[in-house]
Amino acid sequence: MEELEHSLFLVDLFNKIFSRPLSSLLVLIGIEVKNPEHLIPDHVVMSLMVMIFLILFFGISSRKLQIIPSKFQSILELIIQGFENLLLEIIGEAGKKYLPLIGTIGLFIFFCNILGLIPGFMSPTSKLNVTLGCALVVFVYYHWQGIKSQGPLKYLKHFTGPIPLLAPLLLPIEIISHFARPLSLSLRLFGNIFAEEMLIVVIVSIIPFLVPLPFMVVAIFTATIQTFVFVLLSCIYIGGAIAHEEEH
Amino acid sequence: MKNNLKFFGLLFLFLLLSSVPLLAQEAPFNADKASLYKLSIIVGGAIITFASAAGAYCQAKAISSACEGISRNPGSGPHIRFLLIFGLVLIETLVIYALLITFIILMVQWGKYA
Repeated sequence: MEELEHSLFLVDLFNKIFSRPLSSLLVLIGIEVKNPEHLIPDHVVMSLMVMIFLILFFGISSRKLQIIPSKFQSILELIIQGFENLLLEIIGEAGKKYLPLIGTIGLFIFFCNILGLIPGFMSPTSKLNVTLGCALVVFVYYHWQGIKSQGPLKYLKHFTGPIPLLAPLLLPIEIISHFARPLSLSLRLFGNIFAEEMLIVVIVSIIPFLVPLPFMVVAIFTATIQTFVFVLLSCIYIGGAIAHEEEH
Repeated sequence: MKNNLKFFGLLFLFLLLSSVPLLAQEAPFNADKASLYKLSIIVGGAIITFASAAGAYCQAKAISSACEGISRNPGSGPHIRFLLIFGLVLIETLVIYALLITFIILMVQWGKYA
């Protein structure tokens, strides 16, 4: 697999600046560094770039908000309203509280997916580490919110199912299904983006002109769909965790 | 008829173009391990083929029944659409798992014998 990857210019630049000091820091702590010249992998650099872009772009554009929105501001409001409507639809009025996390994860994943289409960049989400990070954040967060909104004992009672007699049977199944959630979240996103990149690489290696373009259009479509799916499932998980017993 | 011929001509041209890299392949490496390599390619291809066929069939069923439901009762459209997307995602996930397993099988073999 390694020989399929070529080094990206930005990653090399980043490594030239930061790799030596970071690896000497790691050695000071006591961690052995195998490759001090090329310490930082591609996906870390790329996701850092997405983070910086998001913080700068959305941070600067949210500084000067107006009551009568300009064109640019209304586009941004449309994006935020999309996330908000999804939360309202699935969780209800209580769902507005979760907009910061859901919106951030959605925007991060969307820009990560799209970044791979620009030459000289790669999608950080085509590495399992990044998607597993996002999925674990959602996993911890929805359990935390469930405990916070229902209390620890009542939330743990959630796992035993409606009938006390069946509890020993249902408890392992519930626990396994809860641990399968971050796995399926991360593997779905990773598999989609990775397969797409592989497809484009294979097509480019066969016919490099014009033929990859339709696949790249499909890639934009899949990136959007996968972002939507990730956000939708996170909303459903949060909604399921904070739902009270009498509602279902 | 003429259009058809044009289409088939183009298809043939693309087939020829796409078979160019096949000619450039090198001779097989380790002869006794080559059969395992062949087998892994066949198995990997078979996995994704069957998984995508089954997934496509199930998705078609889900979409058709959702369309029926919406056309019978347009008022419940948003709810059915939400459930449809949710179900399609779950079906699609299984196919993606199969795809990942295919990748793993193929990649492992590449890494070992290349």
